[in-house]
Amino acid sequence: MARFPFSAIVGQDEMKQALLIAAVDPSLGGVMVFGDRGTGKSTAARALASLLPPISAVEDCRYGCEGDQGGTCPDPCQSGRVRKRPVPFVDLPLGATEDRVIGSLDLERALRSGEKAFEPGLLAKAHRGFLYIDEINLLEDHLVDLLLDVAASGENVVEREGLSVRHRAKFVLIGSGNPEEGELRPQLLDRFGLSVEVRTPQDIDTRVEIMRLVAANERDPDAFAAEWEGEDAKILRQIARGKTKLAKLETGDDVLTDAAHLCMTVGADGLRGELTLMRAARALAALKGAKAVRREHLIAVAPSALRHRLRRDVLDETGSTVRITRAVEELFG
Amino acid sequence: MNPGGDPASVADPAHDALLAARLFSLAPLSFGAIVLRGVTPARDALVSAIGDALPCRRLPGHVDDERLLGGIDIAASLAAGKPIATTGILAEAAGGVLIVPMAERLDESVAGRLAQALDDCQVALVLLDDSREVEDAPPASLRERAAFQCDLTGSREWGDVAIVAAGDLSMVAGLEDNALKALAGTASALGVASLRPLLFAGEAARAHAVLNQRDVAERGDLEAAAKLVLAPLATQLPPAEPEPPEDQPPPPPDPSDTPSDSEDKDRDQTLEDLMVEAVTASIPADLLAQLVKGNAPKRGGAGSGQKRKSGLRGKPLGARPGMPRGGARLALIDTLRAAVPWQSVRRRESGSDAPIIVRKDDLRVRRFEEKAARVTIFAVDASGSAAAARLAEAKGAVELMLAQAYVTRSEVALIAFRGNTAEMLLPPTRSLTRARRALAELPGGGGTPLAMGLNAAREAADAVAARGRTPSLVVLTDGRANIDADGQPSRKQAGEDAEAAAKAIARAGLDALVVDISARPGREGPELAAAMAARYLALPRADAKALHKAISAVDAAKVTA
Repeated sequence: MARFPFSAIVGQDEMKQALLIAAVDPSLGGVMVFGDRGTGKSTAARALASLLPPISAVEDCRYGCEGDQGGTCPDPCQSGRVRKRPVPFVDLPLGATEDRVIGSLDLERALRSGEKAFEPGLLAKAHRGFLYIDEINLLEDHLVDLLLDVAASGENVVEREGLSVRHRAKFVLIGSGNPEEGELRPQLLDRFGLSVEVRTPQDIDTRVEIMRLVAANERDPDAFAAEWEGEDAKILRQIARGKTKLAKLETGDDVLTDAAHLCMTVGADGLRGELTLMRAARALAALKGAKAVRREHLIAVAPSALRHRLRRDVLDETGSTVRITRAVEELFG
Repeated sequence: MNPGGDPASVADPAHDALLAARLFSLAPLSFGAIVLRGVTPARDALVSAIGDALPCRRLPGHVDDERLLGGIDIAASLAAGKPIATTGILAEAAGGVLIVPMAERLDESVAGRLAQALDDCQVALVLLDDSREVEDAPPASLRERAAFQCDLTGSREWGDVAIVAAGDLSMVAGLEDNALKALAGTASALGVASLRPLLFAGEAARAHAVLNQRDVAERGDLEAAAKLVLAPLATQLPPAEPEPPEDQPPPPPDPSDTPSDSEDKDRDQTLEDLMVEAVTASIPADLLAQLVKGNAPKRGGAGSGQKRKSGLRGKPLGARPGMPRGGARLALIDTLRAAVPWQSVRRRESGSDAPIIVRKDDLRVRRFEEKAARVTIFAVDASGSAAAARLAEAKGAVELMLAQAYVTRSEVALIAFRGNTAEMLLPPTRSLTRARRALAELPGGGGTPLAMGLNAAREAADAVAARGRTPSLVVLTDGRANIDADGQPSRKQAGEDAEAAAKAIARAGLDALVVDISARPGREGPELAAAMAARYLALPRADAKALHKAISAVDAAKVTA
């Protein structure tokens, strides 16, 4: 399927909002997307990556060093020249082995010349971009652990096979999966910053609209991209403005109190819920160009920030989203 | 070709498959993949016809990442003294078609790679599905990306067929709004939620128009598309009596009465209904049967159930000589250790001054001990006698086991036997959502076909073991069989059959546990357990938690034993 413009994606508002928040504040810790196959999850993630402006990095650097960091990666990169490259989007395949993900000893060089060299893996490739994992619930636990760890720390530390290497790996982790096919352990879920639920639009008109747009895109991708360029540029400006605003944005005590109340009412485990809720609300406010973080921002991000953190009775059917909406209504009317 | 009106197309699935293959050949990359199920002559004919029409490659059975994506050929590199790169199969097949034999056995990691290649429009796939059971279908990630799924198991055709790939999709204009609406409406009527099939259906309609040398897709094209793409994915039957929208009169039922250029709204409605009708005719009969029972197969649900541990992970066991292929990883340190003693000899021999000279026979690969995943199969006696007594308690126990499986990530399967059937309510799964649903829907009542239940459980256990996982069996019954293995009510025969079935389980050496759920445990339960060489447990007259504790204790004992 050809690349699809982000602004041309129909519906899926919660997912788009979460992705934009993650783009404004990548340190939030990734987005988990729950939903069936064929709901446009990967299309949206890819679209966002290709929407973002190219990054500048040291030429041919395998670790995507920024210009002023040249030579600080394990290689180290020699070229003094800085080139633009598209924002990396790494699609992690389901059966990926640990080697491929974190990197491994460069066998060829080791055998040929006895040299101990590190062959960077997908984590290095995803630096400064996106790491997308479809069906993360089917991925082996130790790999998920490792990915979340690196995503949170922004650094990949390799200590194996006589190698001792560390390199930067800052990326937005996007996982997707269908809970019908096996669930993710709660400990892992909790470490995702945001989570969203996507469903296929059920209404005929929306579905027809999607078919029409996809057909138009396949017929002439260039013309289609040109048609949506304006809208995409608008989103891009919104993200850029959000990023600059984010640093200056204050979160008032009243909003913090609201956040704490909400987390207590829904029974979210641990402090991560409050922190993520607050930071996501701040990122949303920055994205919207608001002067201060307000309650409405908090309410808008509450389901995404808390849905996956509720302690749940494994045999209880009530959806987490319902519980959050109920709590929001109770507290804030 | 009018699929609805042609009697031959109803008679043999090969006709539909041929049409699908023709459409697929017009624009393989747009359609992604075609699944051909069933080992039949018709399928062989189709595959060779596709091979004649398009550039094809066959995927070897046990392909690894290296072969698929390309990489450094270590053996050749060592021999040549310089790195020798190999091209991966995906790159070699780029822009063409990759034939995947035995797609149902495809490793998930390979399926993941192929799915990515499909997303990037790199190759198209022909998936040959040799499965016997619907649960053994090819990986869901690939089925989801396949435009056509043809079941040829019932085909009796022999003849050769030919596919001519002439023309391309650009010859046909994009679909009009009412055509799109008709397809979208048909998809919702059939309960096809995913958007991918819908997009495929649009392309299929255009391809069908190309085949018929039209430059605009017509009703026949849409019908064919709906039938070939949407019908095989149906999860529900379209409402038998399409409810007319309140502000519109119901459309005339006879298709020939409807002029194609009548009022627009009216026409949409008719078009959609007609398509639903055409499609209903080609929905497989067993789906109908299952729909009536209210448990349509969850397409894609089997995904996690089929997960097989690859030999790449687990506890390291040390190295042994071998080539790093088939996913086995080179154990570098051991390889170097093997090479070191020979260095001076080799240097003298070859006259080379390389720092280290490694030969093929020095290579060592890692070995891992993998722990097979455990699958607990519950066979629940839901007969009248058991139901009256303590079925609810048994259900509670199973629920608690499910909750435990959720923590340890082992899988569970559920078989219920009552009346004169035993059925697999839930194939091995890790999904709590589905397990809980299956359990809640478990009805009680009827006779006790104990032999059937035991046989079904043993077969399920065999299937689990065949996939390299460890089955364990928990049979919840009162042991009072009164239906024999053929479904006939006969207490004596039933007892004998049950004993035979139990002994078969013992012979298979399965870990088993019999939980006696009768109101007053008699001698039947212990006898059954003895025949099965199973542990016996009379359901404590207590809550489900106690039973759960007992089951856990048995499991723990097994681990220490």
